[in-house]
Amino acid sequence: MERLEVLKTYKIYIGGQFPRTESGRYYDPKNAQGQALANICLSSRKDLRNAVVAARKAFGGWAERAHFNRGQILYRIAEMLEGRKAQFVEELMKQGSTKAAAEKEVDQSTDLLVYYSGWADKYQQLFSSVNPVASSHFNFSALEPMGVVGIVAPQDTSLFGLVSSIIPVITGGNTVVVLASEKLPLCAVTFAEVLNSSDVPGGVVNILTGKESELLEQFATHMDINAVLYGGGDAKNYIRLKELGTDNVKRVFNFDGAETENPYLIADFQEVKTTWHPIENIGGSTSTY
Amino acid sequence: MSNQNKKLKSIPDFRFTPTIDKVGVEERVARIQTRSIKDEAKLQGMKMVLNMIDLTTLEGKDTPGKVKQMCYKARHLHDAYPGCPTVAAVCVYPSMVSIAKNELKGSGVKVASVSTAFPSGQAPRNIKIDDTKFAVDSGADEIDMVISRGEFLAGNYNFVFDEIAAIKEACGKARLKVILETGELVTLDNVRRASEIAMYAGADFIKTSTGKIQPAATMQVTYVMLMAIKDFYRKTGIKIGMKPAGGISTSKLALHNLLMVKETLGDEWLTNEWFRFGASSLANDVLMQLMKAKTGAYQSADYFSID
Repeated sequence: MERLEVLKTYKIYIGGQFPRTESGRYYDPKNAQGQALANICLSSRKDLRNAVVAARKAFGGWAERAHFNRGQILYRIAEMLEGRKAQFVEELMKQGSTKAAAEKEVDQSTDLLVYYSGWADKYQQLFSSVNPVASSHFNFSALEPMGVVGIVAPQDTSLFGLVSSIIPVITGGNTVVVLASEKLPLCAVTFAEVLNSSDVPGGVVNILTGKESELLEQFATHMDINAVLYGGGDAKNYIRLKELGTDNVKRVFNFDGAETENPYLIADFQEVKTTWHPIENIGGSTSTY
Repeated sequence: MSNQNKKLKSIPDFRFTPTIDKVGVEERVARIQTRSIKDEAKLQGMKMVLNMIDLTTLEGKDTPGKVKQMCYKARHLHDAYPGCPTVAAVCVYPSMVSIAKNELKGSGVKVASVSTAFPSGQAPRNIKIDDTKFAVDSGADEIDMVISRGEFLAGNYNFVFDEIAAIKEACGKARLKVILETGELVTLDNVRRASEIAMYAGADFIKTSTGKIQPAATMQVTYVMLMAIKDFYRKTGIKIGMKPAGGISTSKLALHNLLMVKETLGDEWLTNEWFRFGASSLANDVLMQLMKAKTGAYQSADYFSID
């Protein structure tokens, strides 16, 4: 007897769980041949709200974690991704990649994780500073993560765009709510499974699938989203995000995917805190230090 | 048995309190929880919820400063929302009553005090009475007492009854809320029985929990207590208030509670004279929902006062 294939249910990822969308809606994106890829959750704004709640809850613990430990966890994601390479390649090919391109995309994603895992305990030293001031203060500036960051992942890739937009942001201690590519969503759900099995605490990365047109405004106006990284590629929407995000002085960045290996992408999602610590002159002729 | 409530003709034998159909209660509650509440009703309901809250701090680490801060919050829930109601009362330990009373002068917000060796209730009766009198003398408008769960579970219903009656006497003009601590009573049958004992002994309110024991105010328990109030009202014509406390921290759950009150006891009970929520973090959640309804944007705790 012929065996029935067990098809995967693509669900969203919120707070370390895989729920279906609260709305019960779905859509079926097609590949180049017009075949439906799968039934994909069409997330609603309530899903977004739930995801932000989960991300906020996870933020404190993730931000306070030792930077070195965050690096270890990022490396662990790379390990898990490498182990699932075949699955990702298959999904990428289903969505229209050639085998060679698919393999390259998975390798690039894995390598990028390793790259940022190295940066996790180094960016702070690079970007923080001791500032010369004209008074008896030890004045220093250090980076602190912004909080909950909304990410609209790039449309044109299923895996690499997603990974390259998420990873720098969480490397810096932020938690994220991501809207996956509308046309190519398969890898996003599978990547959530990778995250789920690689020591990333639940809620640090939350992944939704659905339509940018429905959720963009919510990303912009939600008072508990501190920053947005927009990879959708539509200049009008980017400006709209900036306009609507003014109520809570949201930081809005455009993601063009041009340069993905770059520590400045971590620094973008950091606030600089400067401290004035009263002390004797340091290094001056009267100093005892 | 002594009895403060002069209107009562007779006291029933509490050994024969009706038993509760647990499965039936669960089904009824589940049905209430799946009900959709339309936007307009929700808005009205949420304002009602705010006005029914007993804003509570019952910690060993409570300081005068903490109590003052909470009293300020009781009067100014969210000044950015015009027409925002105040809460019904603040609920504190007896030692903090005079401070709270002073802070809330002229605001119409009442001061409730827990007493009778809250939360365990494990103290001799004279100490419980003194505890209560101290709170009342300090200016408490309402007293939240705990019953002796140990005596109740041992079957000494008369002891529990007499104790409540004695505290009621000590309360004077203050309204008495009787905390059953349903998390320790184990069964719904016991909840019903304890409710009846409290009501016949002179309670003005019956209250689910101290907030120190889990589970606290589950919908099931609240439903059983509401039905007990309804039956008592039918039999005696005396209205008793209800206060679920502990674990109600979202506006959705609060609205479901209101719905349940409306459907069991009717509109008459939908005021803060007859229904209260004991909660510390519920107010902010409701306020965030109200602001969401007003602005259309989901809110952040960053822009609301600290609980």
